[in-house]
Amino acid sequence: MEGVRPRVRVDSATEAGATVEVKTLISHPMESGQRRNGDGDLIPRQIINRFTAEYNGEMVIDVTIEPAVSTNPYFEFDATVPEPGTFTFTWYDDDGDVYTSTNDQSF
Amino acid sequence: MNLTRRQALITAMSAAAVAGILPRSAMATALDDAMAAFTGGAEASEGGIILTAPEIAENGNTVPVEVESEGATRITIFAAGNPSPGVVTFAFGPLAAVSRASTRIRLAGTQDVVAVAEMADGSYQMIAQEVKVTIGGCGG
Repeated sequence: MEGVRPRVRVDSATEAGATVEVKTLISHPMESGQRRNGDGDLIPRQIINRFTAEYNGEMVIDVTIEPAVSTNPYFEFDATVPEPGTFTFTWYDDDGDVYTSTNDQSF
Repeated sequence: MNLTRRQALITAMSAAAVAGILPRSAMATALDDAMAAFTGGAEASEGGIILTAPEIAENGNTVPVEVESEGATRITIFAAGNPSPGVVTFAFGPLAAVSRASTRIRLAGTQDVVAVAEMADGSYQMIAQEVKVTIGGCGG
């Protein structure tokens, strides 16, 4: 899908083992498949169905998403940063597209 | 939104029909089925999990909710009164600092929001809270 833009804000870890708060938002209509257009026809479902956050290849959170998650899905959670490295955030669209964003941690 | 009189009538009638034909028990069954699918049929005991949601949500299209349960490996959220009860499931990996997550969800109307946590030992904890919705968040 065109025009989908992920936005991520992550605290900077100050030492190994620190807990950082992660906030993620991605612009997406999250068409639920329940709505009808002006002619009364159902608008087909198209949502982000999965979101994952990994740090240096290890899983932080893996989210399974249904159509009841709001437009522009927002997630907030806490991650442990055991050593300097990189967060990888991945969103999976119903249409097969995958959107990613990264965040580097050094201390 | 521009509704013709006919469309408005049809919408109103079908809404009334759905409300009339689907009694509370049908909603409860859908929730029970969804919960059983998550727990594998195991009973969930009350407590041991925190659900933070507004008592009154003005806009059902975006209702902030947060779940937290110490030691949980997975937490799922159900909306008992939505067309489909499943909302979101958080699976916490080894680098999750705490088993906590928040997001924004859609609620079709006033209803119970239910959160169920799967604990590391394979047991389940649950909590339910009613959220009053002024403007529903599904469909038109």
